[in-house]
Amino acid sequence: MPVEVGEKAEAREYGPLTTRMFVRYAGASGDFNPMHYDDPLARAAGYPSVFSQGMHSAALLASFAADWLGAENVRRFAVRFREQVWPDDVLTCSGEITAVSQNESGCLVTAELSATRQTGGIAVSAIADFLLPLFR
Amino acid sequence: MTSPVGTRGADYEMVVERGKIAEFAAAMQSRNPAYAGPDAVVPPTFLISSALWAPDGAAVEHGFDRRRLLHGEQEFIFHGPPPRAGQTLRVSEQIVDRYEKPGKKGGLMRFAVVVTEYRGEDGALIAEARKTLIETAPRAGAS
Repeated sequence: MPVEVGEKAEAREYGPLTTRMFVRYAGASGDFNPMHYDDPLARAAGYPSVFSQGMHSAALLASFAADWLGAENVRRFAVRFREQVWPDDVLTCSGEITAVSQNESGCLVTAELSATRQTGGIAVSAIADFLLPLFR
Repeated sequence: MTSPVGTRGADYEMVVERGKIAEFAAAMQSRNPAYAGPDAVVPPTFLISSALWAPDGAAVEHGFDRRRLLHGEQEFIFHGPPPRAGQTLRVSEQIVDRYEKPGKKGGLMRFAVVVTEYRGEDGALIAEARKTLIETAPRAGAS
């Protein structure tokens, strides 16, 4: 487990993403905006195709972060949406520890995370706090 | 209709369900065992699915033009360990801030911050979700 500033997670790729994945996220989350699965409607609205829910990309980045620092340890996960994500995109998730502080309840770790498209553009970035148990 | 700052929607119940956690974990391409079993923990962004439990009248009205609406930021704060399957939460949302900024191409961008509170059956605040919505500036010449 990382506990030092500057430590990095091993990067992980998600994708190529598919409309089927967007549909699955719609059902799981309850976000049924049709722009994410109805291709004729998305094109009629001027988009080149359907596109991912921002919260879907955020969920993939959260998945990555929780696998790294522990799902039950999460205390804060703050996401900024930056670029749209399209079918066939591959997102590479990465993260780095930027702050560590110890107190009686554990070791509070802050990480900066990002999900980057194959173009190099950042789709979503996040700052997360995880409280790691002291005795491991 | 546009809700002013301080407006709170009707509160409602959300039962944290093992099957829903498993469905959400699959959608986030996770095989983490923490999301499986009778005391599965919720994933970091899972509480967004409280929308599925919200009755009419629970949502506050941002009042923005949907064609110019962007989801700018989303934050989840846990005031202790994240909830687990079997817990019942009381959920309510509130508009906590509104502000404006000049758009890059003129006009005004409008912002609204909506905080959703998740409380335990004893009333203790367990988690909060903080959503920043943006209405982009109208295009010049558009009505």
